[in-house]
Amino acid sequence: MNETFTKSMARNIFYGGSLFFILVFIGLTFHTERVLPERDHRENITPEVVLGKKVWEENNCIGCHSLLGEGAYYAPELGNVYKRFGNSTEAIIGFIKSRPAEGIPNRRSMPQFNLSDEELKAVAEFLKWTSEVNTSNWPPNIQG
Amino acid sequence: MKFQSQSVAMPYFIAALGLFVGQIIFGLIMGLQYVMGDFLFPEIPFNVARMVHTNLLIVWLLFGFMGAAYYLVPEEAETELHSPKLALALFWIFLVAGALTIVGYLSVPYARLAELTGNELLPTMGREFLEQPTITKAGIVVVALGFLYNLGMTVLKGRKTVINTVLMIGLVGLAVMFLFSFYNPDNLVRDKFYWWYVVHLWVEGVWELILGAILAFVLIKTTGVDREVIEKWLYMIIAMALITGILGTGHHFYWIGTPEYWQWLGSIFSAMEPVPFFMMTLFAFNMVNKRRREHPNKAAVLWAMGTGVMAFLGAGVWGFLHTLAPVNYYTHGTQITASHGHMAFYGAYAMIVMSIISYAMPHLRGRVANSNKAQVTEMWGFWLMTVSMVFITLFLTGAGILQVWMQRYTDMPLPFMVVQDKIAIFYWLREVAGVTFMAGLVVYLCSFFVGNDQNATDDFAKAMSKQRELETATAE
Ligand code: HEM
Ligand code: HEM
Ligand SMILES: [Fe+2]
Repeated sequence: MNETFTKSMARNIFYGGSLFFILVFIGLTFHTERVLPERDHRENITPEVVLGKKVWEENNCIGCHSLLGEGAYYAPELGNVYKRFGNSTEAIIGFIKSRPAEGIPNRRSMPQFNLSDEELKAVAEFLKWTSEVNTSNWPPNIQG
Repeated sequence: MKFQSQSVAMPYFIAALGLFVGQIIFGLIMGLQYVMGDFLFPEIPFNVARMVHTNLLIVWLLFGFMGAAYYLVPEEAETELHSPKLALALFWIFLVAGALTIVGYLSVPYARLAELTGNELLPTMGREFLEQPTITKAGIVVVALGFLYNLGMTVLKGRKTVINTVLMIGLVGLAVMFLFSFYNPDNLVRDKFYWWYVVHLWVEGVWELILGAILAFVLIKTTGVDREVIEKWLYMIIAMALITGILGTGHHFYWIGTPEYWQWLGSIFSAMEPVPFFMMTLFAFNMVNKRRREHPNKAAVLWAMGTGVMAFLGAGVWGFLHTLAPVNYYTHGTQITASHGHMAFYGAYAMIVMSIISYAMPHLRGRVANSNKAQVTEMWGFWLMTVSMVFITLFLTGAGILQVWMQRYTDMPLPFMVVQDKIAIFYWLREVAGVTFMAGLVVYLCSFFVGNDQNATDDFAKAMSKQRELETATAE
């Protein structure tokens, strides 16, 4: 680097540039928060959906699956599973409930979590709500 | 080693490398579960192995950063560490808390762990990378506070250098952004939005400051290039890192329910994120070319240059590959993501920690550099691990391209599990590369036990006399 460009100029670019973009980012955060309600349909977040999110978290489902494309890549995307299972919470419940405790020989299999009926219903409602978030048409197709 | 108190770095480095071994063992377990689904099922389900793998990664990198800071801050400040006792106490607290957490993951079902640790009081568990029980998270904050206090006091009483300032800003930023892990809104979209304040603003924000500072330190020490030059580079690198990386967070806000303008902002700014990584490569190579001395620790120089190259490849090139919104629409959450995650974490953060270990460990053991034999062994470890990681990345990229094609792109998309079966060959190859990675790690660890003090002294004397000849030759 040449001599006309000094260390103190570099330092000022660092402090000035960072501060500027931190402020812009905070501004955009506020704006995002303001317009989010139109896209996340928070009016449908019932206590049951909240419980469902807790069940989702406390069984570490994200450790195998992705949800809206984030998480692990070992098992199918679940952001749209409600739609993939024919818009049916019952189908989701049935699937989770019927996992064999000892697994399936030679195949990847999902653990048996022994969820209560209330928890099963809640997690299914949570996945239903998730499938209704406006994700700009992601995933590209029903396979997730 | 210039100051006695720098020696507290040693246990941190040893713990880091020990946990690294654990991380790789669980990586290999998962790699096998990818192709033999019932392996260790139901004793260690995939999600448990994954938590152990990724959390060990984060914890060993944190141990590495802390060791690096305890080593280099006193040396830069030209004063003893404020409190070596506190540093040692925090070491044990962090190690025990970390170990208990891992034991918890492995010994009880996760839901039971959540219950035992009172997750309902402040639910923060069950989110990727942030799976730790809330009390563990609180422990991390306590350790971080003590650590920052200890270093802060050291910096204040000593010489002020740019490297110390940048490192401290990075470490404070690391702690501050981690606080977002305690915020877990019921609304999944908002949860995801702030989750990235931890994850993205760590690896593509404040951690880059830590990376830059450690790299600059190792380069000053091994090349003897003028501080002014190094510091100017460092400022430019971290300026570009934050200027591009903060709004670059937008590349995670394309499909999680956030507004669509993020597709533009995220694409434009994150497309520039490779710039600081490219500058790091130039930085490392330029400084080594302009070196004013032949440092006898060749291995440390190799690690420093390797970090530059691999961070650029993993973060810069593999990041750019899928960062533009129209591309990410198809690649989001596939093996492409995993391929990038691996090379970026290894190339940038695992390698910078091994760079500082390579430079500092000989000093901590009372020598300037290890014997030739030890260095050659270490370099074998370097190449085995690095080349294996390149192959892991290539195989996952192959898997990812086919996955995107079959599952996302064609007119007749196939179900996830069907596609997984069809691309199994790539997972087998990845596992083979993983085993050679493990072999490389073993060789690397062996290098610490090869050659003795006498060899090191003899080799050092030889290197010094060669250097003197060189200097008289150039003087004439
Ligand atoms: C022996 C080598 C390794 C193997 C076989 C391996 C295997 C795996 C597997 C199977 C996953 C889970 C992918 C999924 O969710 O489906 C994973 C995740 C991950 N591993 Fe490794 N790993 C290895 C080494 C490493 C190393 C050396 C690093 C970093 C230094 C690393 C960092 C990560 C990260 C960051 C993730 C999360 C990726 C993401 O969320 O996209 N791994 N690894
Ligand atoms: C050393 C720096 C970096 C590290 C350690 C890193 C690591 C990671 C990891 C682990 C993930 C997966 C997160 C998850 O599990 O959901 C990820 C995602 C991503 N990274 Fe990076 N990254 C780095 C730099 C970059 C850069 C510079 C770019 C862009 C040029 C980039 C672009 C992306 C994108 C677009 C995703 C989202 C992938 C998806 O949609 O699934 N990364 N990164
Ligand atoms: Fe990112």
